[in-house]
Amino acid sequence: MPREGWGSNLHTETRMWLDPANPQLNKNGELHHLLSLEGLPAGVLRQILDTAESFVGVTQREVKKVPLLRGKAVFNLFFEASTRTRTTFEIAAKRLSADVINLAINVSSQSKGETVLDTVANLAAMQADMFIVRHAASGAPYLIAKHVAPDIHVINAGDGRHSHPTQGLLDMYTIRHYKGDFTKLRVAIVGDILHSRVARSQIHALTTLGCPEIRVIGPKTLLPADVGRLGVQVYGDMREGLKDVDVVMMLRLQNERMNGALLPSAQEFYKYYGLTEDKLALAKADAIVLHPGPMNRGVEIDSSVADGKQSVILPQVTFGIAVRMAVMSILAGN
Amino acid sequence: MKIHIKSGRLIDPKHGVDTQRDVFIAAGKVVAIGDAPAGFSANRVIDATGKVVCPGLVDLAVRLREPGFEYLATLETEMKAAIAGGVTSLACPPDTDPPLDEPGLVEMLKFSAKNLNQAHLYPVGALTTGLKGKNLTEMAELRDAGCVAFSQADAPFADSQVLLHALQYAATFGFPVWLRAQDPALSRHGVAHEGEVATRLGLPAIPVIAETVALSTILLVARQTGARIHIARLSSAEGVAMVREAKSRGIAVTCDIGIHHAHLSEMDIGYFDPNCNLTPPLRSQRDRDALRAGLSDGTIDALCSDHTPVDEDAKQLPFSEAESGATGVELLLPLALKWATESKLPLAAAIAHITAKPAAILGIDAGHLGVGATADACIFDPAADWRVEPSALHSLGKNTPFSGYELRGRVSHTLVSGNLVFERK
Repeated sequence: MPREGWGSNLHTETRMWLDPANPQLNKNGELHHLLSLEGLPAGVLRQILDTAESFVGVTQREVKKVPLLRGKAVFNLFFEASTRTRTTFEIAAKRLSADVINLAINVSSQSKGETVLDTVANLAAMQADMFIVRHAASGAPYLIAKHVAPDIHVINAGDGRHSHPTQGLLDMYTIRHYKGDFTKLRVAIVGDILHSRVARSQIHALTTLGCPEIRVIGPKTLLPADVGRLGVQVYGDMREGLKDVDVVMMLRLQNERMNGALLPSAQEFYKYYGLTEDKLALAKADAIVLHPGPMNRGVEIDSSVADGKQSVILPQVTFGIAVRMAVMSILAGN
Repeated sequence: MKIHIKSGRLIDPKHGVDTQRDVFIAAGKVVAIGDAPAGFSANRVIDATGKVVCPGLVDLAVRLREPGFEYLATLETEMKAAIAGGVTSLACPPDTDPPLDEPGLVEMLKFSAKNLNQAHLYPVGALTTGLKGKNLTEMAELRDAGCVAFSQADAPFADSQVLLHALQYAATFGFPVWLRAQDPALSRHGVAHEGEVATRLGLPAIPVIAETVALSTILLVARQTGARIHIARLSSAEGVAMVREAKSRGIAVTCDIGIHHAHLSEMDIGYFDPNCNLTPPLRSQRDRDALRAGLSDGTIDALCSDHTPVDEDAKQLPFSEAESGATGVELLLPLALKWATESKLPLAAAIAHITAKPAAILGIDAGHLGVGATADACIFDPAADWRVEPSALHSLGKNTPFSGYELRGRVSHTLVSGNLVFERK
């Protein structure tokens, strides 16, 4: 049935210029959208990390702008609240000289009946070049990418439990910055894997980049079914899981999950799965600690570790801007 | 109207017939098979050379969306879709708005369907008022109004005691009860099979135990009460094994699966295809293989379309927000044939699962073409290849995961009570 009001801004036929096996790549294997890190070739990941490296310099200059996206309109399309991620995308786009429009589409306007695609059609009519999308439902950016015009790029800024590719990339950038070669690393991801789009992105990126040993650590209530099929080893005991690892990646535990049928209390979680100095001592002496933020100090991580020598949590934020600049400039160039 | 169906291959699984035979129809009945009765002069001769003539299909689950959801589909459009798919008898679940929980509603639906003069409609009544799972409906009244069975559709029971009482009451009158085995708590918020794909895509999951826990409760209560139970839309290998065991212990249970589950698995979700958002969820390939094997060995009695027209607005949403269900009544025959071909079984095996067997579950005299039977028939070309184009479907629902599939076997004529109600041009 034809929909009213869509005009020519939405396309429903199959995207002929995209690779059907991986709809974020064009037929030349280049990145057209960034929707997930799953299935992206290692070459594409390295290209993003290398490009980000050149932008780290820009962020440290006095004039922090390059003209790569001049005249382009980047829409921050946040169907779910976020301050940090939206801000870093905004900074990244502005440093590339793009015009940035922030849209917080709250639940109330959604409940007025405008669907995701209606919203996107309206914005596409405003000559958008790029959509940065965050949505509470897994897969929402795929739906949008499937229906936008061929010259519009979509970047997933976090969808449900599925993916948060720029976070995964900035984590990879951070690890590469401090540790170099992925093929010699033992990495642990700790906490609420079940609900975490960050963990899924990290796992896909690490396996693609050749990391030989990825461990996920958490109680069984916070581990998804068949998680081992993603290429990870599962540990219920954090002390065992942290032994001799090079990288510890902590995840945020959402407040609503702290007391209920998944976990008895934040206190018990902290005791068994919180990163404290004594647990970190089981990892390699030069192990680094990452966290996607915002942190719950005293729940998943102790302040002495978060602010300690092994923490690279603040550099992650800085690298995050360079990585997002890299993604946007690569998409605009393809 | 006298019709002579000429030179077709008659497949009538109930009577073990699979051979070339002419069929002669008069006054709505089959009057002869093979040779014309003395003095028979046909008003219409249908040349079925190269085609299969079989009983009209019997579909255990077709959502007509009336009353209440006429914007999604209407009795008229979906009845057209049914006869275009060769379906001549169909059961409709009670999950309309309002639900089929009052005799007046059922009578009105039967009346409207009769006026359309197309497929025979067999309403399944609501087991509890408003499908709320608390109070029993007036089952005996509903039966008198035309309900052939009672069901909760996908709605939960308030608790197991209501289930027990519903089955006890139904058993008093010998009414069949059709139930979906899905524990509401274990499937809460879930939209996909708990397994590798849901884990990768980050989709809230429905574990197999949501089916098996509910199934075990249903089977135990059924044994206790002696109620006639039909399990609708089984989805898992463990579920099939449990039904097999229950049957071997003599529990009065039958079951069906939807055609989508006979062919698709969680892998078909691909990149969040909302057309694969189905209830129950598409499960693993191992589960699908077990369902197919269950059809072959008779554990699973019937295949149904589980026809659910959903409009585009409700499907063009992120996977977990999209309405579940798929249109299917026009695909029932070719997908049943596809299962038989792939399983190296004769066409008659496929046809039995969509004619005689579901008719037995419904307790109706249909699904066969013996002399004296009501002349409900389907004529199809078993070698016709066609491509599923959603826009070409008669149903108002265009939502199908089989969009673009090449299928073999296409209905050319459908007869209901001796009337030619559909002919493909």
